[in-house]
Amino acid sequence: MLGPLILGVWMTGVIIASFLYMPATQGLGEMGRIIVYHVPAAWIAVLAYLMAMVNSLGYLRRGQLHLDRQAQVNAELGTVFCLLATVTGAIWSRGAWGQYWNWDPRQTSIAVLLMIYAAYFVLRSAIDDPDRKARLSAVYAVLAFFTVPFLVFIVPRIYFSLHPDLINLSDRSFNMDSRMLKVFLASLAGFTGLYAWLYKIQIRLENLLYRLEMKRSE
Amino acid sequence: MEIKPLPWLKQSLAVWRKDLRIEFRTRYAYSALIMFAITTLVTVSFSVGGFALDADISAALLWIILFFSAMAGLARTFVHEEEAGTVTALKMAAQPEPVLIGKYLFNVTLLSSLTVLVVPLFLVLLNQKVLLPGVLVAVLLLGCLGLAGASTILAAIVAKAGAKSSLMTVLAFPVLLPLLFAAISATRMAFAGGLPRAITTDLLMLFFYDGTAVVASLLLFEYVWNE
Repeated sequence: MLGPLILGVWMTGVIIASFLYMPATQGLGEMGRIIVYHVPAAWIAVLAYLMAMVNSLGYLRRGQLHLDRQAQVNAELGTVFCLLATVTGAIWSRGAWGQYWNWDPRQTSIAVLLMIYAAYFVLRSAIDDPDRKARLSAVYAVLAFFTVPFLVFIVPRIYFSLHPDLINLSDRSFNMDSRMLKVFLASLAGFTGLYAWLYKIQIRLENLLYRLEMKRSE
Repeated sequence: MEIKPLPWLKQSLAVWRKDLRIEFRTRYAYSALIMFAITTLVTVSFSVGGFALDADISAALLWIILFFSAMAGLARTFVHEEEAGTVTALKMAAQPEPVLIGKYLFNVTLLSSLTVLVVPLFLVLLNQKVLLPGVLVAVLLLGCLGLAGASTILAAIVAKAGAKSSLMTVLAFPVLLPLLFAAISATRMAFAGGLPRAITTDLLMLFFYDGTAVVASLLLFEYVWNE
């Protein structure tokens, strides 16, 4: 029980610090504070999707159903955090660019990412047999992951985007105030812990549901 | 997976010929594709009326027509095998990869014969001028290869998932979006002219997308095909 408690205190600290300790950013002003929530949410979305893809590959190699459950939980969590990143991004976009949504390459790519996993869940719900469901959805997840680099890395680089870059590629420096960096890194750690905790709960639930299903069919 | 080019090629061509022959007998997939494309084309042309469209809009319309027609027809190859109960025979006769390549070639054939018919009609009906015909041909060719490349394995997935209607479009759309972005952008430049560098970027992106789609399908197809 200690883990969630520490996590709760930590995240509360991050939220308070993001408003009181952290200075307003240059250029973006008070809007800049959203970076403490937006970027970690996007990072967790990418991490969870990556884990879902790793689990899917693992399922294809070994064919163990618990890997499919892990892939499903990761895809679900990834989608939750991806939605959070999209919404916080849209709020920020309203403040910085004047519009909630304007099909900036970044917004386009995150919308497509959401659509890929929406399609993934549609596919899962369309198949009844658990083995077939696991295999086909794993193939789809891996296939979709091959096209993600086109969206996330290539499209924003080729087509002009207004989205700020955290890491300045030309001189490899971090464009951040030191106090802001501290809060940002703390938030990153907090979000990662949150993800690990949610994942643990969800996977326990899915495993129990699976065992219940097995008991019923006996 | 062991790569054996020659027997693979022979088997793929055999699968391709078989599909072409079956298609020639019923002409179901082809007529579905053509009718779908023509219906959408006429609807678009009718609703646009006499207005001259911007190159932006007509490029997007052209690819919307091609995308949805492809979705209407390309799932057919694998769904037909499941319906006719010939999957087992095909599994015994050929390795998984040649089956995929054969079906891919068949889908490319279908799509390019559709494109050859629909694109000139589109240009005539919408009164669209083409400044760079060579670029348009290249985009259409690469676009067809990519549409078929990603759709073929998705068709196999849809066929195994019980051929639920509309599943194909739902699954294919996000996967094909990078292709559609690049294709629409390049088509716009083919219609209205553009910087050579921008055109090359789009064509390269299409090219790499096509390659990625085919390689990924080849690696993954075994898992869809063998149960």
